[in-house]
Amino acid sequence: MTVLDAPVEVPTRGALTSRPYQVSSVRHQTHDIVTIDVAPQQHPIAFKPGQFDMVYVYGVGEAAISISSDPATPGLLSHTIRAVGWVTKALNDLQPGTTIGIRGPYGRPWPLEEAEGKDLVVITGGIGMAPVRPAIVQALRHRERFGRIVLLKGARSPRDLVFRDDLDRWHADRSIDVHVTVDSAVRGWSGRVGVVTKLIPRVPFDPENSVILLCGPEVMMWFSAEALLGRGVPAERIYVTLERNMKCGVGSCGHCQLGSKFLCRDGPVFSWDEVAALLDVREL
Amino acid sequence: MYAPEVEAPAAVVLPASGLDDLLTALTGRGYEVRGPTLRDGVVIHDRLTGAQDLPRGVGDEQRPGHYRTTPREDDALFGYAVGPSSAKRALFPPRQPLWSAVSVGDADFEIREADRPSPRVALFGLRPCELAAIAVQDRVLLHGAVPDEVYTANRADLLLIGVECGDPAATCFCSSMATGPGTDQGADLLLTELLGGEHRFLLRAPTAAGQALVADLDTRPATEADLAARDALLEDAAGAMERHLDTDGVHDLLLGNLEHPRWDDIAKRCLACGNCTLVCPTCFCTTVEDTTDLAGTTATRERRWDSCFSLDFTHTGPASVRNTTRARYRQWLTHKLATWIDQFDTSGCVGCGRCITWCPVGIDLTAEVATIKRTSEDPDAPARS
Ligand SMILES: Cc1cc2nc3c(=O)[nH]c(=O)nc-3n(C[C@H](O)[C@H](O)[C@H](O)COP(=O)(O)OP(=O)(O)OC[C@H]3O[C@@H](n4cnc5c(N)ncnc54)[C@H](O)[C@@H]3O)c2cc1C
Ligand code: SF4
Ligand code: SF4
Ligand code: FES
Repeated sequence: MTVLDAPVEVPTRGALTSRPYQVSSVRHQTHDIVTIDVAPQQHPIAFKPGQFDMVYVYGVGEAAISISSDPATPGLLSHTIRAVGWVTKALNDLQPGTTIGIRGPYGRPWPLEEAEGKDLVVITGGIGMAPVRPAIVQALRHRERFGRIVLLKGARSPRDLVFRDDLDRWHADRSIDVHVTVDSAVRGWSGRVGVVTKLIPRVPFDPENSVILLCGPEVMMWFSAEALLGRGVPAERIYVTLERNMKCGVGSCGHCQLGSKFLCRDGPVFSWDEVAALLDVREL
Repeated sequence: MYAPEVEAPAAVVLPASGLDDLLTALTGRGYEVRGPTLRDGVVIHDRLTGAQDLPRGVGDEQRPGHYRTTPREDDALFGYAVGPSSAKRALFPPRQPLWSAVSVGDADFEIREADRPSPRVALFGLRPCELAAIAVQDRVLLHGAVPDEVYTANRADLLLIGVECGDPAATCFCSSMATGPGTDQGADLLLTELLGGEHRFLLRAPTAAGQALVADLDTRPATEADLAARDALLEDAAGAMERHLDTDGVHDLLLGNLEHPRWDDIAKRCLACGNCTLVCPTCFCTTVEDTTDLAGTTATRERRWDSCFSLDFTHTGPASVRNTTRARYRQWLTHKLATWIDQFDTSGCVGCGRCITWCPVGIDLTAEVATIKRTSEDPDAPARS
């Protein structure tokens, strides 16, 4: 190894430094999920679908949050957040006009180019819509490049359904085949009831010529992957996005390791054949 | 940047009485010198004002879960092995302020980055395993995808002065990891303490900075006898090493045995205290803390060492991923000896033995690896990384 003879050049600062952004609007999606918009005029964040940011609340802390807006609209950057703990609850309670900190984008995006010329099948559970929404929006902008575009979307109950206006719009213009299901119905729900994985064997798409984007709780992704493999989709064309505790986003804090992978840097998007054996080891 | 020497200059000899001149030469060049010194019965790294601060005539006794300094019968200045502190403390400190958010009005704030000076520091008396540990940290924190700003700043104006080992502890296994007891690289200046006959130091300077230092000292050329004394010293040291780790195939051995019953056995003894990660010179995991001042006008973000042994480390949503001690010890050991190689093309272990000595229950990774190897159910099981 090298000894440094002369002073090394200290690289540009700031890999871990948040930048302030003013919240332009807070849109309540459900009782515990909000979409927070900022208008990053000064420091736009160019991102690809599936990438995430570290979002900071003054004095509270940071959380890894996927970018849920349209990559082609740099003037609007959105994050959709479910309140589960300190930071995410504080984000849910924000008022427009407040400043938050953002650094990013981080991580490996969804392989949308690979899906061109094929069917694009998106399967989500709950807040799992957030990281795939930019992919769907981008695919619809270039609709002609894809075969079928199918969305299987699960939620615990009708009141937990996020991005309803998107769903209504996509449903109406028929450019995308939307299937929504809830785990448990309430009065007035006329849609499907049951777990989203149950839909996989039935919906029309070409298993041998498709790319799958899968995002939800790990068990849901596990069962979905099994169902997809059962239908003949090759493991290397099933993509999942994984969640682990993340403190840095840049491969240095060590928290997000799964085997030899740093999820923040090598992922969070992986093909099923890259991670299935690792996810199969309990508590790895 | 790095300028490898075309030809290694010949070794020279400095009488033990001249060591103070070396320290003076360093301070004269503006370096803050940090090196081994005795504090509360433990050899640690701290600021040195002169050779009188070195632990003279001090040895040590190390075993799993046991450390004690002992008097020696000679005047050796480096007659002990590594203590609990390592260069990591200086280059990647336990607490590192990152930035502050200073509030402006009710709902707005500005970011102020922490000062990041590059202190002019000479780390003195580092053992070959410690130099190797710096080389490992260089790979992780300097040459990684995103160079770490704290490490890079502390590394920028650093001088390294190594000392070869004549008296390894019973917990050392550097010869297995090919990091010691002798070395030709990793430092600006390398010392070998020779005790038989005249108390003297053999000096070798692999870099220009080291050579410039040597030029300031009153030395004589090394003789065949001096060089032979060094060879004998290193041979004895390697021969005295009680512990060994069989690195051959250890990557696949561990990753192919993720469900080995030995992990359960270790978990019965391990307290998940994290001592091993704190004393390890290569462990780099960190977490961050946000604190707000009393007035609520400044929120400071600080990074501090973390340990994969803590339950919070993998907290995600309703629970942690690694709930059991079994999973946490397995993560630590497989990272050190296996996945580290995939990530950084080097082992994460340099064989310093600190984790063995400072483990309160004396868990010894070399013994655990040997047991897994001996009892590996399926030596051909696929390695998962
Ligand atoms: C790549 C990535 C993308 C994500 N995208 C989104 C998103 O778009 N929307 C969204 O609502 N959530 C997302 N999450 C989850 C989000 O990061 C956690 O919910 C959040 O960190 C919880 O922080 P907290 O302080 O509110 O919770 P607390 O429970 O108070 O946090 C305690 C600790 O647990 C960690 N933690 C808790 N839950 C999770 C979790 N589910 N995943 C990872 N770490 C967790 C926190 O980082 C923190 O270290 C994403 C996570 C990752 C890794
Ligand atoms: S794992 Fe143990 S022996 Fe290896 S470098 Fe770390 S502390 Fe030293
Ligand atoms: S191996 Fe020893 S030092 Fe490490 S966490 Fe377990 S008890 Fe603590
Ligand atoms: S989040 Fe820090 S290493 Fe991945």
